[in-house]
Amino acid sequence: MKISPEEVDKVARLARLDLPREKVELFAGQLGDILDYMDKLGELDTSDVDPMYSPVEHTTVLRKDEVKKEYSREDVLSNAPEQDGQFFVVPRIV
Amino acid sequence: MSDLHTKTLSELREALLAREVTVEQVVRACLDRIEATEPEVHALISVQAEEALKQAREMDAAGPDPDKPLWGVPMVLKDLLATKGVTTTCASKILENFVPFYDATSVARLREAGAVCIAKANMDEFAMGSSTENSAFHTTLNPWDTDRVPGGSSGGSGATVAACQVPAALGTDTGGSIRLPASFCGIVGLKPTYGRVSRFGMVAYGSSLDQIGPMTRSVEDAARVLQVIAGHDPKDSTSVDCPVPDYLAALGRGNLDGVTIGLPEEYWGEGLDPEVENACRAAIAKAEELGAKTVPVSLKLTDYAIATYYIIAMAEASSNLSRFDGVRYGHRNRDAEELIDMYTRSRTEGFGDEVQRRIIMGAYVLSSGYYDAYYRKAAQVRRLLRRDFDKAFEQCDLIAGPVCPTVAFKAGDKADPLQMYLMDIFTISANLAGLPGMSLPVGLGADSKMPVGLQFMGRAFSEELMLGVGECLERNLEAMPVPEM
Repeated sequence: MKISPEEVDKVARLARLDLPREKVELFAGQLGDILDYMDKLGELDTSDVDPMYSPVEHTTVLRKDEVKKEYSREDVLSNAPEQDGQFFVVPRIV
Repeated sequence: MSDLHTKTLSELREALLAREVTVEQVVRACLDRIEATEPEVHALISVQAEEALKQAREMDAAGPDPDKPLWGVPMVLKDLLATKGVTTTCASKILENFVPFYDATSVARLREAGAVCIAKANMDEFAMGSSTENSAFHTTLNPWDTDRVPGGSSGGSGATVAACQVPAALGTDTGGSIRLPASFCGIVGLKPTYGRVSRFGMVAYGSSLDQIGPMTRSVEDAARVLQVIAGHDPKDSTSVDCPVPDYLAALGRGNLDGVTIGLPEEYWGEGLDPEVENACRAAIAKAEELGAKTVPVSLKLTDYAIATYYIIAMAEASSNLSRFDGVRYGHRNRDAEELIDMYTRSRTEGFGDEVQRRIIMGAYVLSSGYYDAYYRKAAQVRRLLRRDFDKAFEQCDLIAGPVCPTVAFKAGDKADPLQMYLMDIFTISANLAGLPGMSLPVGLGADSKMPVGLQFMGRAFSEELMLGVGECLERNLEAMPVPEM
């Protein structure tokens, strides 16, 4: 299946990537080839097959709903590009 | 001992416990070897020399601890395993300055076992690649021939062990990323069963495929490392709660009587480089000489594995990588005046080409119009692939075939992404099915003189058998040389 540069650009924007025109065109060509290759899965009849999303199936692991303080605020904020000692700081929204 | 760096992990452990050498001597030997070989192989992203030497001196002062199975042994960690206080970059600009405040469970277990982590290994950015040419920092080269790649994405881990910088490293395998570099670099690489080793603290790529495993110069060493890192971890909901066998007890078998090895026709046919085929067939003949029975089996969906894998891996990657937004950690663009623009600029600047390509591809196959045609379809084919294996294992105990159709290729040779993806044809199925796989070096290619790896795949949680058979075969094959560097 072919994918147009416009589609690549749209998906990129939704994925919060801003690509220059030449890269959009390059990716469109490459992704088209990859999708062509992937289309071979259409040859297989899977109408009665349950999807397998993980090799570890039928497990629902739930922990107790208890508040725990595993890490300090200082640790959690330690890699933030911008913080004020209390919170992560981001550009103004409103 | 001037040749300390060439010793295996098991040999070093013995010498350390007998106090024939000190931890400091061993660590210094590795650091000297790193200094001598690193300008050629570029296997590492960072070296923690001072911290390692300090730890070594403290350990020497306290004396050997026989209860710690890796006491005093230097190791290298792939740079996507979180290490407390040490940068963990994932070979990406976006995590260039990220310093975790916790250890990955596998790393914590190595430390508890007495291992000294001395460096972080280069890799393909976010583990996306089969050659270690996709690192944002530098390309790692193969210690056997520095015109060639070491394989990927754990190419740094493979090259550091092959170049004798350390006896053992941890890698991760999403579609063959331990086994391929192990094969290209002539070392042992084991991808455990999905769920055998905790993934907590590993930067996720394809969450339903990723698994951490050892890369070493002997099967016994792989068993020692796996013994330490295997086992249930409540911090990882996909970690399986079942007993860990004694892997070392499985070693030392005198023959392969009673072992049936399945040879999938799809792995031994057309497209296989003759020198790879010959080296692998010679190893199988040796296994037969040792008493193993071989039977033909079929993994008829092998041709569909790559398409299935890349749909699933890219979908999971696009989802996993959405967390990189420049807010809590990672690179942030400082010029953006509003939030969405900050996300976009930070991600665009931080991610390399291959990562961006996979995010877009993954988002596309998950999008509402294409979800059923691609992602759901791939998940259905995944189950069919697993059934293929279940059927094959009705006839045999292990499956054997080459790790890769060729030996290590030249750097820059696979510029087209699809060509690169096809390198993983024999390794990917084990990840999709969640089964263990191991690369065992079986000699050098007749023409290229480059290492060739034989792959074993087994039923879920059959690492014990795989290690036992691998070690018996290793002992009876000509010893693998060390590359001259």
